[in-house]
Amino acid sequence: MIEVCNLTKKFGDLTVLENIDLKIEKGEKVVILGPSGSGKSTLLRCLNCMEDPTSGCIFFHGVDIADMKVDINVHRQKIGMVFQHFNLFNNKTVIENIMLAPVYVAKKKARRASIRKFFGKSYVAEDIKKVSEIKSEARENAFRLLTQVDLVEKANEYPSRLSGGQKQRVAIVRALAMNPDVMLFDEPTSALDPEMVGEVLEVMKDLAESGMTMVVVTHEMGFAREVADRIIFVADGIIAEDAPPEEFFDNPKSPRLREFLSKVIH
Amino acid sequence: MDNFGYKVELFLKDFIDAGGYRKVIAGLGNTLSIAVVGLIIGILIGTIIAAVRVFPKYKLMPRILNGICSLYVEFFRGTPMVVQLLLSYYVLLPLLGVRGADSVVVAMVVFGLNSGAYISEIMRGGILSVDPGQMEGGRAMGLSFGTTMMKIVIPQAIKNILPTLGNEFITLIKETSIVSFIAALDLYKAFNDIGTNNYEFIVPYLVMAVIYILLVLIISIGVRLMERSLRKGDRSM
Ligand SMILES: Nc1ncnc2c1ncn2[C@@H]1O[C@H](COP(=O)(O)OP(=O)(O)OP(=O)(O)O)[C@@H](O)[C@H]1O
Ligand SMILES: [Mg+2]
Repeated sequence: MIEVCNLTKKFGDLTVLENIDLKIEKGEKVVILGPSGSGKSTLLRCLNCMEDPTSGCIFFHGVDIADMKVDINVHRQKIGMVFQHFNLFNNKTVIENIMLAPVYVAKKKARRASIRKFFGKSYVAEDIKKVSEIKSEARENAFRLLTQVDLVEKANEYPSRLSGGQKQRVAIVRALAMNPDVMLFDEPTSALDPEMVGEVLEVMKDLAESGMTMVVVTHEMGFAREVADRIIFVADGIIAEDAPPEEFFDNPKSPRLREFLSKVIH
Repeated sequence: MDNFGYKVELFLKDFIDAGGYRKVIAGLGNTLSIAVVGLIIGILIGTIIAAVRVFPKYKLMPRILNGICSLYVEFFRGTPMVVQLLLSYYVLLPLLGVRGADSVVVAMVVFGLNSGAYISEIMRGGILSVDPGQMEGGRAMGLSFGTTMMKIVIPQAIKNILPTLGNEFITLIKETSIVSFIAALDLYKAFNDIGTNNYEFIVPYLVMAVIYILLVLIISIGVRLMERSLRKGDRSM
C-alpha cells in the first residue's frame, strides 16, 4: 500500500531522517515508537507529504506521491490523518466538519464528469449526481460513523463545546468519512486528559479490527503491544528496529531500543 | 447670538426652501456608496493579496505573484489617496482614451484599490492569527490550499479582524471627503455648495460634522452588534 524508499528529510542543516526504507502492506497496523524529537511525526507526515521529503520516494498504490508533479490532494483524500491537537474546523459544526471534504470532492467529481459528458468524452456515469443527492449521502454516512463512536447527539455542536476525547473521536470520523485506504495517527491521545485516553483507544482498536491499514505514532505501549503487527523504532534518523510486538519488547536487538525501553518500562 | 440665529435662518432657507437638502441627500448617498463599494472591492482584493502572501513560496510562480502584490501594496500605501484619485481621473483615464467617466464610479474604484492594500495587511494578520492546525486539517483531507483558505481559514480570520474592518470602513467614510477633487458630489461638497451661496460656512459645516459623527456612530454600533452575533453563532472563543 505504502512504500517508502530512500527517504531523507532535512530541516535546513538538521537531518531528521536519513535513507529510510519502509513498506506497509494493506491491512497492516504499524506503530512508530521513538524518543522525543527523533522524527516520528516527520516520518508519518512524509507518508502523505504534509512534509515534502528532501529526497527519496513515497509510493502510494504504486504512484510516487513525493513527485512534485502529482496532484497530492487526490492521494491525500485516500490517506486519513488524525492529529495530536485534533485540528477540527472551529467554524464548522461536528456534522459540517465530517461532511465538508466528502461533499466537496463528490461535487468536483460530478462537475468533471458532466463536463466530460458534455464534450462527448468518456466518463464514469455514477459520478454525475445532484448536489442534494451528494449531500444526503454524505449526511447519511456521517451519521452512520457518528453512531459508531456514540456521538450522534453532538452532530450540531461546534468543536469548542466538546471534550478532548469527543473532539478526537470526531476527528477520526471526519477522516473515515473520506473512505480512506490507510489512516495515519500522530499521538492521538497525547493531548487528552488521562480519563479520555481509553475512549479514543477503544475507537482505534475497533478500527484496527475492521481491517483498516493503520500507522500510529504513540506512547501508549499497551496499545502498541495489543494492536500492532509491527513496531518501528525511530532513533538517530534511522529505523533502528522493525519487529513484531513480542520480539520488539521482549527481545530487542538494537542497543538504542534497549536503552529506550529501560526508560519507558519500569 | 443674534447673528448666529440669522445664519441658521439663512442656512435653513437654502437647505429647505431652495432645495439644498436634495443635494445633501445625493451627497450622502454618494459618500455611502463610495465607502461601501470601496470596502467590498477592498475586501476582495485584500483577501486575494493576503492569501497570495501567505502561500508557501518554494516555487517560482508564487514568488512572482508575491512580488507583484508587494509592489501593489507599497504603491497604494506609499502615496496619498488624493494623488491616486487625481492620477486616475486626470491622467490615467485620458491616457486610456476614456472620456466623461463618472467621477463617483472612479472614486469607488480608487477607494477599492486603495483600501485593498490596507485590508490585505489586516487580512494577513487575521490569517496568521488562525491556528495553523486549521490549514493542516484541511490539507490532510485532500483539500487544496485555496479551498481550505476560503472555507476554513478566512472565515475565522474575518471574525478576528471584524473590529479592524469596521474601523477601515469608518476611515473610508471620512476619506470620501476628498472626492470633490475630481468633482464628485459627496457630503462635504453638498454642504460646501450651500455655504458658497451666501459665503456663510459656519452652520453648514457644523451640520456636516454632526452628520459625519452620526454616520460613524451608527457604523460602530453595527459592527459591535455583528461581532456579538458572530460570537454567539459559534462559541469557539
Ligand atoms: N517544521 C520544522 N522546522 C524545523 N525543524 C523541525 C520542523 N519540524 C520538526 N523539526 C525538528 O525535527 C526533529 C524531529 O521532529 P519530530 O516532530 O518529527 O519529532 P517527534 O519524534 O515527533 O517528537 P515528539 O515525540 O516530541 O513529537 C526535531 O528536532 C524537530 O525540532
Ligand atoms: Mg511528534
